[in-house]
Amino acid sequence: MLQQLYFAIEVSLNGLMTGVLYSLVALGFVLIFKASGVFNYAQGVMALFAALTLVGLQTGQVPFAHLINSVLGTNIHHFGWHLPAVLAIVLTVAVMIVLAVIVEKLVLKHLINQEPIILFMATIGLAYFLEGFGDLMWGSEIKRLEIGLPVGLSETIEGFTYDQLGYGLFIDRLDIVAACIAAILVIALTVFSQYSRIGRALRAVADDHQAALSVGISLRFIWVVVWSIAGMVALVAGIMWGAKSGIQFSLSLIALKALPVLILGGFTSIPGAIVGGLIIGVGEKLFDFLVGPVIGGATENWFAYALALVFLVFRPQGLFGEKIIERV
Amino acid sequence: MLYREVGEFRTSYAEDSQTFPVAFDRYRYYAIIAFAFGVVPFLINDYWTNAVLLPFLVWSMAAIGLNILTGYCGQVSLGTGGFMAVGAYSCYKLMTAFPHLNIVFCIILAGLITAMVGLVFGIPSLRIKGFYLAVATLSAQFFLVWLFNKVPWFYNYSATGQITAPERGLFGIAVTGAYASSWMRYLVCLCFVVAGAWIARNLTRGSVGRGWMAIRDMDIAAEIIGVNPLRAKLSAFAVSSFYIGIAGALFFSIYLGAAEVTEAFGINQSFLVLFMVIIGGLGSIFGSFAGAAFLVLLPVLMKNILVDWLGWQAAVATHFEFMVVGGLIILFLVVEPHGLAQLTRVAKEKLRLWPFPHSQ
Repeated sequence: MLQQLYFAIEVSLNGLMTGVLYSLVALGFVLIFKASGVFNYAQGVMALFAALTLVGLQTGQVPFAHLINSVLGTNIHHFGWHLPAVLAIVLTVAVMIVLAVIVEKLVLKHLINQEPIILFMATIGLAYFLEGFGDLMWGSEIKRLEIGLPVGLSETIEGFTYDQLGYGLFIDRLDIVAACIAAILVIALTVFSQYSRIGRALRAVADDHQAALSVGISLRFIWVVVWSIAGMVALVAGIMWGAKSGIQFSLSLIALKALPVLILGGFTSIPGAIVGGLIIGVGEKLFDFLVGPVIGGATENWFAYALALVFLVFRPQGLFGEKIIERV
Repeated sequence: MLYREVGEFRTSYAEDSQTFPVAFDRYRYYAIIAFAFGVVPFLINDYWTNAVLLPFLVWSMAAIGLNILTGYCGQVSLGTGGFMAVGAYSCYKLMTAFPHLNIVFCIILAGLITAMVGLVFGIPSLRIKGFYLAVATLSAQFFLVWLFNKVPWFYNYSATGQITAPERGLFGIAVTGAYASSWMRYLVCLCFVVAGAWIARNLTRGSVGRGWMAIRDMDIAAEIIGVNPLRAKLSAFAVSSFYIGIAGALFFSIYLGAAEVTEAFGINQSFLVLFMVIIGGLGSIFGSFAGAAFLVLLPVLMKNILVDWLGWQAAVATHFEFMVVGGLIILFLVVEPHGLAQLTRVAKEKLRLWPFPHSQ
C-alpha cells in the first residue's frame, strides 16, 4: 500500500514536470493573446521551427538541402562546421525575431479589426505554412538535440529518498532543469513587463489598444516585440521538449495540449498558464495511473480536454481570467 | 450579356423567393446536375473516381455540414474528424449487424446516430463560446478517436483494429467492397450530396437557418428578439453532425473501403474541412463545394506538377504543399475573408453590368 502511495507520488511529480513544459508553451500563447488579442495557434509549430533551426544551425545543415538537391540534382547536405551551442541559440533567437517582423508585416498588419476567429484561423494557416517551411528547410527526419543539458536519472534524489523513505523516486535531471528554467523565464518576464520601458508599453497595450495608441505607443512595434518574445519562449519550450523526446513533428501537437491549459488558467493570466499547466500535467498522469488500467489506457490523449470541458461549464473565464461581461 | 436578369418578370411570391431567381443561374445548375448524372458516369475511370470525384463529393458533404455549424450558426468546431469517425463506425456496425439492410439506410441511420452524438457534444455550446467552444469540440475529436481505438466492439474484435466495408449492393449492382464499379460508387455518392445540398440550401433559407444566422451575428440580441438559443444551437449541431456523419459513412464505406481510426479521422481531417469552409466561404453552400474542390484538386495538381513533371522527391513536394496550403489560407483571409463564394458573387455583380458599368 505504501509502495503504491510512493508510486503515485512519483507519477504526480513526473506529471508536474510535464506540466512545466505545457506551461512553457501556454506562456507564449498568453503573451500574444494579452498584447494583440490574437489566439496564436502556431505557437507549437513555432517551438518546432525554433528547435529545428537550432539543430540545423548547430550542425551546419544546408537550408533547403532537399529542395536544392531535388531541383538541381546535386547532393549537398552539410556545410561541415559545428557551431557552439550558445552561438547557435543566439542565431536562432535572431531568426525568431526576423520571423516576428515578417509575420507582423505580412499577416497581422492586414488583419487589424477582423474578428478574433478570423485571426485564429489565420494563425492556423501560419502553423501549416511554418510546418511545411521548417521541414522543407531542415528536413523532416527526427533529430537529436545536443546542447549539453543534463539528462537521465537523478541519483541524488533517488539516493536521498531511498535513505529517508525506503523508496527511490525516479526523477529525470532534465525535468529539474526545465522547471528551473521555466521559473527563471517567468521571473524574467515579470521583471521585464513591470520595470522596463517596453514592458510598460506592453502592459498598456494589453490593457487598452486605443488608449495606448493615443499616448503614442506604436501598436505594430509592440506586436513585433511580443511575437519575438513568444518566439523566444517557443525556443525554450522547443529545446526542452526536443531534449526530452527528440525534435519531430509531434512537438507541434503540444500546442493542442496547451489549449486546455489556457482554458483552465484563463487566456489573460501568466500565473494562470503556469498553474493550469501543472494541474493538467499532474491530472492526466494521475488519471492514467489510477483509472487508465480500468478503461484501456492511453487516456492522456483526451483527459486534458475533457477536464477543460467540465471546468468550462462551471467557470467559463478560467481560474484567473477576467470576468466576461456581455452587452448587446 | 452572360448573366442577365433583364426581362425576367416575377409575378408571384413563390417565383420571387425561389432559390435561384435568375433564370440563367437556374438553368446553369440544372445543366451541371444533368451533366453530373448523365454524362460523367460514362466518362470516368478508376483514377478519376478515386483521386478526384469521390473525395470531392465526400469532402463537400463534410464541408456543408461544418458550414452549417460554423458558417451559419457561428459555432467553431474542431471535432469534424471525430464526428466523421462516428458516422463511419456506426455505418460499419449497421452493415455487419444487419446484413440485409440496404446500404442507403445504413448510411442514413449512421447520419442519425452521428446527429445524436453531435447533440451531446453540442450541449456545452450553450454556455461557452468562441475559442473555448473550439477546445470543447477538440475534446470530442480526441475522445471519440480514442474510444474507437480502445473498445474492440466497435471494430468487431478484428485483429488489425481496422474496419473493412463488407460487400453490399443496390439494385443488384455492387456499391461497396472490392467489386464495386467506379460509376456506381460515384452515382451513389452524388445522389447523397445533391440531396444533402438541396436540403441544406432550403434549411438555411428558412426560419431555422435565419435563427442560426441571428445566433451567429449576435447571440444575446437574437435571444432578445425571440430566437431560442437552445433550439437554434442544438439543431445546428444535430443537422451539422448528420451531414458530417453521412460524409464519414460515405468516406469509409464507398471511398476508402477500409479505415483505421487515427489515420482516417484524425485531427488533420478536422482542419482540412475547416480550411475548405474558410477558403470556400463561410455561410455559403456553394462555397462548401468550391472549397472542397479547391483543396481536393490542389494536392493532385501539385503532385502532378512537382513530382511527375519536375521530378521532385515526394516528401519535398508534400512539405511544399503544406506551405502552399498555409500560405493560401492566410492570403484568402487577408484578401477575401468571405472566400471563393464572395469572389463569385463579385464576379456576378460585374457580369450583370458588363459591358457598360455605370460607375468608374
